[in-house]
Amino acid sequence: MISFHLASLKQTKLHQYGIRFLMGGLCTVGAGLIGKHFGPAIGGLFLAFPAIFPAGVSLIESHEKENKQKVGANGETRGRLAASIDSTGAALGCIGLIAFAALSWRFLVSHSAAWAITIATLAWTVTAVSLWLLRRYRIFRSF
Amino acid sequence: MGELFFRFVIGGVVVSVFAALGDVLRPKSFAGLFGAAPSIALATLGLMVHGHGNQYAALESRSMILGACAFFVYAAVSSFALRRVSAPTLVTILALLPVWIVVVVSLYRLLG
Repeated sequence: MISFHLASLKQTKLHQYGIRFLMGGLCTVGAGLIGKHFGPAIGGLFLAFPAIFPAGVSLIESHEKENKQKVGANGETRGRLAASIDSTGAALGCIGLIAFAALSWRFLVSHSAAWAITIATLAWTVTAVSLWLLRRYRIFRSF
Repeated sequence: MGELFFRFVIGGVVVSVFAALGDVLRPKSFAGLFGAAPSIALATLGLMVHGHGNQYAALESRSMILGACAFFVYAAVSSFALRRVSAPTLVTILALLPVWIVVVVSLYRLLG
């Protein structure tokens, strides 16, 4: 069911890794600067900015197209479909992100930062994976 | 300047690790979960606690709930549009980015 394909790492080109690193770094710096100038209420909004999502989805599409072109097919439609499936997964991950934010908000007030962030990360993992499993077994398929 | 550089490196590393996890995992819908991993939050919250304390980081986390709701709407709309619009994927995804901005501003005005 869930599997690792380490060979996929070779499909990603060096400049694509560079773009991800750059986007991640810039968004983290940006979120910090916005928080510094406009306060934590505004800065916090950008902790859930879709930093890597557009690059990731576009990468999925290009990998799928490359795979199809190797066997002589166009792959345009298949690439877009793969990108759409990836986006659906990201939407489920967002519900986990809401759980992460809610728990870190609650626990940071009363517990140590390490404890709060660990609990919040576990909440993201459990929520996102549970929702994915629910959807996988067709318990709900609303989008 | 040193702090900004440190923040840039931490953010780049954390985001790259989650993106690589998304690359190697199958099926694609499962790998997609990592497109919405709390990578920027993980890179930022620890630094915020160190620099400003727990209360400040908790306030940021509270606002992050609204940002995550907006991200959910953006990802769901993107998924829908990619199945129905024939424009290139990157163009579609970037053209829809204002959805995140509109939703997050609306939610902030209503609830923030």
